[in-house]
Amino acid sequence: MQNDGAGAEAEMINIPATFRISLRALRANKMRSGLTMLGIIIGVGAVIVMLAVGSGASRRISQQIASMGSNLIIIMPGSSTAGGLRMGAGTQSTLTLSDAEAVARECTAVADVAPMHTGAAQIVYGNQNWATGIEGSGPGILNVRDWTLAAGRPFTDQDVRSATKVCLLGRTVADNLFGSADPLGQIIRIKKIPFVVIGVLAPKGQSMMGQDQDDTVIVPITTAQRKIFGTRLPGMVRHIVVKARGTDEMAAAEAQITELLRERHRLTPREENDFTVRNLTQIMQAAEQSTRIMALLLAAIASVSLLVGGIGIMNIMLVSVTERTREIGIRMAVGAKTWDIRLQFIIEALTLSLIGGVIGIVLGVTGAKLLSVLAGWSTVISVLSVLLAFGFSGLVGLFFGFYPAYKASQLNPIDALHYE
Amino acid sequence: MALIETDRLSKIYPVGETSVRALDEVSVTVRPGEFVAIMGPSGSGKSTFMNVIGCLDEPTSGGYRLEGVDVGRRDRDALAEIRNRKIGFVFQGFNLLPRTSALENVELPMLYNGIGPKERRRLARASLKMLGLEGREKHHPNQLSGGQQQRVAIARALVNQAPLILADEPTGNLDTKTSVEIMELFVKLNRDAGRTILLVTHEPDIAAFSGRIIRFLDGRVISDEPVRH
Repeated sequence: MQNDGAGAEAEMINIPATFRISLRALRANKMRSGLTMLGIIIGVGAVIVMLAVGSGASRRISQQIASMGSNLIIIMPGSSTAGGLRMGAGTQSTLTLSDAEAVARECTAVADVAPMHTGAAQIVYGNQNWATGIEGSGPGILNVRDWTLAAGRPFTDQDVRSATKVCLLGRTVADNLFGSADPLGQIIRIKKIPFVVIGVLAPKGQSMMGQDQDDTVIVPITTAQRKIFGTRLPGMVRHIVVKARGTDEMAAAEAQITELLRERHRLTPREENDFTVRNLTQIMQAAEQSTRIMALLLAAIASVSLLVGGIGIMNIMLVSVTERTREIGIRMAVGAKTWDIRLQFIIEALTLSLIGGVIGIVLGVTGAKLLSVLAGWSTVISVLSVLLAFGFSGLVGLFFGFYPAYKASQLNPIDALHYE
Repeated sequence: MALIETDRLSKIYPVGETSVRALDEVSVTVRPGEFVAIMGPSGSGKSTFMNVIGCLDEPTSGGYRLEGVDVGRRDRDALAEIRNRKIGFVFQGFNLLPRTSALENVELPMLYNGIGPKERRRLARASLKMLGLEGREKHHPNQLSGGQQQRVAIARALVNQAPLILADEPTGNLDTKTSVEIMELFVKLNRDAGRTILLVTHEPDIAAFSGRIIRFLDGRVISDEPVRH
């Protein structure tokens, strides 16, 4: 007996029995236990929903980035200056089709190039008609935007050179004009000009701005310029979209493009660029990053309610220790040691918080699913976020249960036994 | 060898500026198998003596040996272990856990000394049976009479085979008939099972069941004599 030190005590502690004692104490006060758990339930539920909404948003952005095409660089014409007023990017027409061709030919870090001339028009097939965006571009557009054809063939350089009246339909356009019929080889009219449908694009879904990317018609850029929209400046393009060979070649591609275009536009070192080169992926990634930070912020705010729930647990445990002073005295009299008593109350707090945590997880997951079904928000519930919420609720129970348990274990057995 | 041996045991409580000598150099020896009644008016120091003997309280000075082992000044957990192994408590107010079955109440001391659940159950059942409480294992304290509750408490005090039973006014909450039943039970435990019993009471009728009466007054032992039956 004299040799029994701290080491022997640990193995004496009877966890299953202590757990049963805790459960019984919680059952004895169902209403109180339930209300105490509510704090944790709401906290855990809120954390799960916030993380689900947050990662749903950032996954959506990632998908949109992927659907837009990867490793994209956009070249915009420079700003024009009128009487000292600078008019903003794209107000000056400085980019030409041959600029685009030169970039494709000479910049080694560039994989593909798509010069763009876009506009909107009413298109007609039979008795159906549909207003949509028309994108004039080169054959490179499909590769640049990571777009595949669901059916048919892409147009070629030959089509661009001779401005043939062929077009590729986005899924939305095809559905609206043709329904379930096969559009391949059919003739549609864009601004009353007949075009042959040579291909249908695979669906891509919404863009970052919520635009339907499949609501589009792609035609050779020359056709768009000369036959559909007309242009005051033949050979000029609105902007050029460039795909770099890889993520790590983005910077090289940007430098090569800038150098090449300055040279082609005969800019002296003192002159500013008459064009703008932007790394589109970087912009998108910044957006994704800020969404993620927003999600974490939301989860952090939600975890404040978890903290409040923890304080609720501590409060109720302190009441419980006072109410059960006599019980503690009895236990001490029959031989309960410091850690037997502590563990009993810690396990009680832990049980409260973990049961609350599980209910909170169930409610949070259900809430997130409801949000995505009813409100159409995209939500992602990761195993990690569930484990995190569960672990966090456990920690809250442990942290806020310790002080009441400590208080209980420090009671004087004689006083506790005679407590009324 | 003596079971209990105190050597000038003193307990001094500070009360404001002065202090109260609850125990004043008490030297008592109790041999195994004795049945001792401690008597005295309230404030005589008998409760303090029982608390120190029961390892619930520490003496201010003096020595206390239980089964030859000095237990005078130990830390909380060491005292808890001594209480668990060496002492069975029976209280005036029964001190059973509410909302807990008789069986689980009796199992309580064994929760804290590493006896497995099956063995716990078996020993607790045996202890209850010995006290005539067979069939009441599932009853909660509020479903039992005062006498039955006290017998559950005695079963709990016996279950760890503690060499010393400390009974603090065990009949204080019971009617005369039940009190006699409980006292006869103690006598039987002492005579047949050889249990050492230390009983605190202020009723001479109850003390008369014992074999030796120690009287306390103002923290001192004023008389210590055997009972003639």
